[in-house]
Amino acid sequence: MIYSPKSISNAVQILQDDPDAQILSGGTDFMVEVNFGHRAPTSVLSLRAIKELCTWSQQDGVIRIGSALPYAQMETGPLAKLLPALAQAARTVGSPQIRAAGTLGGNLGTSSPAGDSLPVLYALDATIIIATATGERRMAVKDFMVGPKRNALSKGEIITAVELPASTGYQGYSKVGVRNAMVISIASACLVHNPIDRSVRLAMGTVGPTIIRASAAEKWLGEECDLASASSITPAICAEFGRRCGDESQPITDHRSTAEYRRHAVSVITSRLLERCAAS
Amino acid sequence: MSVKTRTRRDILGTSALRPDAVPKVQGKFAFSSDLWAENMLWGATLRSPHAYARIVSIDTTAAWKIDGVECVLTHEDVPGKPTYGLIASDQPVLARDFVRYMGEPVVLVAGDHPETCRRALAAIKVEYEVLEPLVDPEKSIDLSVPPIHPDGNLIRRQQIIRGDQSLIGEVVVEGNYELGMQDQAFLGTEAALALPDPGGTGVELYVATQWLHEDRGQIAACLNLPEDKVRLVLGGVGGAFGAREDISLQVHSCLLALRTSRPVKMQYSRQESFFGHVHRHPARIWMRHHATKDGRLLRVEARVVMDGGAYASTSSAVLINAVTHVQGPYKCEHATVDGYAVRTNNPPCGAMRGFGVVQACFAHEGQMDKLALACGISPVDIRLINAMETGDRLITGQTILNSAPVAQCIRETAEIPMPPNMTNDTDVLAIPGGSGLTATPSKIRRGIGWGVSIKNLMYSEGFDDFSTARCTVEDGRVSLKFATSEVGQGFVTLAPQIARTVLGLDEVFIETIDTGIGSAGSTSASRQTWMSGGAVNGACKLVATNIIAEVAKMRGLDPSTLQIQGTDIVDLSGNAVESVVAATKGKRFSETYEFHHQPTGELDENGQGDCHTAFAFVAHRAVVDVDPDLGLVKVVQIATAQDVGRVLNPLSLLGQVEGGIAQGLGLAVMEEIIVENGRVRNPSFTDYLLPTALDAPDVIARYVEVPDPYAPLGAKGVGEPPCISVTPAIVAAIRDATGVDLLRVPVRPQDICL
Ligand SMILES: Cc1cc2nc3c(=O)[nH]c(=O)nc-3n(C[C@H](O)[C@H](O)[C@H](O)COP(=O)(O)OP(=O)(O)OC[C@H]3O[C@@H](n4cnc5c(N)ncnc54)[C@H](O)[C@@H]3O)c2cc1C
Repeated sequence: MIYSPKSISNAVQILQDDPDAQILSGGTDFMVEVNFGHRAPTSVLSLRAIKELCTWSQQDGVIRIGSALPYAQMETGPLAKLLPALAQAARTVGSPQIRAAGTLGGNLGTSSPAGDSLPVLYALDATIIIATATGERRMAVKDFMVGPKRNALSKGEIITAVELPASTGYQGYSKVGVRNAMVISIASACLVHNPIDRSVRLAMGTVGPTIIRASAAEKWLGEECDLASASSITPAICAEFGRRCGDESQPITDHRSTAEYRRHAVSVITSRLLERCAAS
Repeated sequence: MSVKTRTRRDILGTSALRPDAVPKVQGKFAFSSDLWAENMLWGATLRSPHAYARIVSIDTTAAWKIDGVECVLTHEDVPGKPTYGLIASDQPVLARDFVRYMGEPVVLVAGDHPETCRRALAAIKVEYEVLEPLVDPEKSIDLSVPPIHPDGNLIRRQQIIRGDQSLIGEVVVEGNYELGMQDQAFLGTEAALALPDPGGTGVELYVATQWLHEDRGQIAACLNLPEDKVRLVLGGVGGAFGAREDISLQVHSCLLALRTSRPVKMQYSRQESFFGHVHRHPARIWMRHHATKDGRLLRVEARVVMDGGAYASTSSAVLINAVTHVQGPYKCEHATVDGYAVRTNNPPCGAMRGFGVVQACFAHEGQMDKLALACGISPVDIRLINAMETGDRLITGQTILNSAPVAQCIRETAEIPMPPNMTNDTDVLAIPGGSGLTATPSKIRRGIGWGVSIKNLMYSEGFDDFSTARCTVEDGRVSLKFATSEVGQGFVTLAPQIARTVLGLDEVFIETIDTGIGSAGSTSASRQTWMSGGAVNGACKLVATNIIAEVAKMRGLDPSTLQIQGTDIVDLSGNAVESVVAATKGKRFSETYEFHHQPTGELDENGQGDCHTAFAFVAHRAVVDVDPDLGLVKVVQIATAQDVGRVLNPLSLLGQVEGGIAQGLGLAVMEEIIVENGRVRNPSFTDYLLPTALDAPDVIARYVEVPDPYAPLGAKGVGEPPCISVTPAIVAAIRDATGVDLLRVPVRPQDICL
């Protein structure tokens, strides 16, 4: 059975009536699993007809992105101006075909430590909005992802949106892969500078079971520099910051790379992101 | 009447378009995976999950019970020869007592739907006694492990002993080189449709392959049918690169079709494809070069170890190519070479574009750079000083009779302008790290590297790989018949170009490519332009002679005074007697021609003998940008001058050059099948990385045209050379940029920065 509801309430109801229905957004993870025989859905709930999920809006400095908005719409245009790091992360996802279909809801649904949007959501302390049978619940992204490909979503729930603060200072994303495009990350990082609350937040992808916030490095940086502006960040501080971020990573060795390289690479890109912040 | 001087379209030397170009771009070309027949079943293969195991039992009862399953077959159901293979028949059609590599076929099913087949495979119970796999090639050489196959663990050893065995050069350089396992990664996975004859007396197979006749022989033997009862028709081929030389699903699909008396289609997924064909041999090569202090190469010592995996495939020929090419395109009098192709429980390896020479070239070019450094000369000069010429002897004692413009290839490559330097406004997508935005432009370093290679063309060691073609002219139209596999290389473009040029007729048709005519040999070894081109040329020339004879007879002229020029038959003073179209109105001429290359010989135990047919040469210069801190690379430009003999189709040629360079780049920096203890870890395009458009460099190509006296059209094969020396050139450029002595490909980021 294929369901294609037009409203969130309808969609939630369908999941009540047919608990085996599997949620399909852009299908770029879903269909790969079907093709590999890792998933054999008997019924599918498609989100594409729910207009509300395919839009974004901005109110009082909070940006709300529908869970089924494709990456292509984050890469350029007004949303990219408000959230440059998200735009950069979106640009690194797959190929144009994948970016025309793939969504944040799907990236969160899969919860891979290599998911490219996730470090951005972590660095921005995003809130995940979830529709449930009884209404809605809100959750910090750091509580959402609980392990590699595991999250806090319960059966019958649908991610409807992600809420993020608009940028107030430098933000950037960087991803290491062996190929110059269309590659799964080996290490990635997002850095967000907020001059108002004098903070730099840094989240790392693919170097642990979940996305990792480099909290200790962030704290150290806050003590070293006055982050009301980026002007006091020196090259030496950038290098030390990168080293400390690397220390907080928990990478593994697999067929894509080694733990040693991942730790090294994440140090290099976090230090470079801070250099870019200082130069901004 | 004077001869019309209009320029003719699509003759030799022009960029005639592929006849299938437009349908391919529009998605209308029927690849083998698009084959379909009324009432057809789907076939599927159960493969070994283990690298090495003894089969204790196979229970297919549950699979038979599934609705829609028509047939389940094991080794017991193979009616003919239980094994097949290109050189040695050592690979079971279906495993019987042992499985020797991960992915080895064990059971076949046919069902009404791919999903039915999937369920049937899941229902089959195979009990294995898992054994410790042999994965270290050295253990196959020292015979320290019991044979994993009745034919033994050593597939072939070949030495080359020439000249002074104790000679020590004034300058000696040494290195240990290693190459990972590359996949051909053609885009059209294995696919075939088998149609049984009524009563099971024969079978027709539509299949994507490189050599119809060789397949037919192997299939017929396994099916226990006479060869003429097995008819093969070429299905649309989506690339080959050597991976379609060995049998994959050919015998399987025929077995299922004959057993069920229904058409059976088989098609591999990408994942299955990684297990369904042979790969490029991983190799470990030690070399020691001896030279005078001014850089003249005197002696090469080498030890070459190639891991053939579980079955022999073409390993013995790949090894011969490797050991006979260790000197590279350089003069060298003395040699001590020891080469081994061994059997292990790793995935079987066989033919891939470059066929053993890729491995040798990566090592000898690394050595030439070491030599240049040791002698204080530039990489270009060391190669020029030693460049081989026509008349030089190889370390096998064979004299190079072909054109050998090695120095010219190097000089012309050196003349190609360098790419502009990177600036702060260079597109971020064009610097290392690309869309990942990892690079800080000020930290990028640029390097330049060189690679030059020699490649044998056609088959070696006494093999007569002839090709057959028939040319028929009727009413001013030409039809050509041959069994030459078109795998994307462009013979379907070239053959009509030859016919138009020779016959002066514009309308040329290609008949179905099948086994309804003699063999064309394999579309491999850069050989079809030379071999099948020679056959088509020969057949067309015979027909041209007949047409002229006919015109001469009708007009009472001496045929030796007539020839075809443009679209006319002209006399000695160049005056048109009659157009060829007019001369063939209402008439039919048909001739078949077999083209054979000059014979070759065997190698003796010292590796001496005239074993190769012909040679082609090429030079590559790579410019790369490297992010030394992250070990990420962007190949900026490849400059190349290739010895092609004669350019027959500039567009086709550029396609081969650019494609080969992309494939060589893949081996240099990203393409590798990762095998751990016999298990393939990355059988998908998610993790087996091929270069994308953002990874591909600018290619600036020049062609050195010295027509080869032995080539029927003056043209050499151009398919393999582009991918051979580009790999060492890129690695040399990375070494130049970073100072890191990289001796293994693909170069991984951690090899550069850790
Ligand atoms: C060729 C290719 C390249 C890729 N490259 C990248 C890359 O570079 N970086 C990267 O991060 N990813 C990449 N991916 C993975 C994929 O594109 C992303 O994870 C994408 O964000 C998934 O989104 P989707 O809408 O397609 O999800 P779907 O495939 O539709 O769904 C994925 C999972 O999430 C669940 N789900 C989807 N939406 C919701 C929702 N609203 N509420 C609850 N559950 C939901 C689904 O049930 C499913 O389990 C690639 C995939 C492919 C095929």
